[in-house]
Amino acid sequence: MPENFQLWMSHDVAGRIRRHGAETFPYECCGALLGRDSEAEKVAAQAETRPAAAREVLELFPLVNRRDDSPRNRFAVTADDVREAEKAASAHGLDVIGWYHSHPDHPARPSEFDREHAWPWYSYVIVSVMAGKPADMTSWRLNDDRQNYSLEDIEIRKGALA
Amino acid sequence: MTGVTTEKKMAVKVIIPTPLRVYAEKKDSAEVSAQTVGEALGGLTSQFGELRRHLFTDDGKLRSFVNVYLNDEDIRYMAKEATPVKDGDVVSIVPSIAGGNRCGR
Repeated sequence: MPENFQLWMSHDVAGRIRRHGAETFPYECCGALLGRDSEAEKVAAQAETRPAAAREVLELFPLVNRRDDSPRNRFAVTADDVREAEKAASAHGLDVIGWYHSHPDHPARPSEFDREHAWPWYSYVIVSVMAGKPADMTSWRLNDDRQNYSLEDIEIRKGALA
Repeated sequence: MTGVTTEKKMAVKVIIPTPLRVYAEKKDSAEVSAQTVGEALGGLTSQFGELRRHLFTDDGKLRSFVNVYLNDEDIRYMAKEATPVKDGDVVSIVPSIAGGNRCGR
């Protein structure tokens, strides 16, 4: 079942994710994506090429990578961090719709470790940072069967919907 | 009026995290009857069967990135899934997030 997901974000938000990845290089960065599905769904429903699902990142909540034992190739967000991110989201009237992290000197593709630890529904944005410079950025959602990811198109849009 | 059964079930609310609501008719919580946290989670997955694979591994253990709180206490620091519950308790399922690139060590 090929799904057609879209993740919208402004140029500014995309730039902030890339910069966070460059700042923490050679370690992985991580943070929460705050946004909503509903408005994006309505706009997407009127578009010619209707995505199966669309959502927009409106704000970021950068976090500290808790994996100080192997920060070059792992990141961890504790349950307390998740609760903080959810509080920050609801203060903006938003939800935590996903997470971002960087792959220092690796492609922006989910690893087996990413898949095993992923939650469904969330968008997982990965930014590849090669030799300290942000490169490709992709977004993925875990399939219901937990076996595979679906690529989600990142659409850079001017301004926010809200 | 008291029940005649010896195993009195408690009325407990289970908070469903955002990424799993899609498997629970978009509900953010469910009411279940249980004596322990484990039974409360079992009650939840019998109402919403699709939740099971996201909460438990194939051999029935809670996944490592699934955190369960009874009111505000992490059940890992209590009796884990055997932690008893009382009427009106709130069981919260809170995600933790992990990942990283290819080669772990």
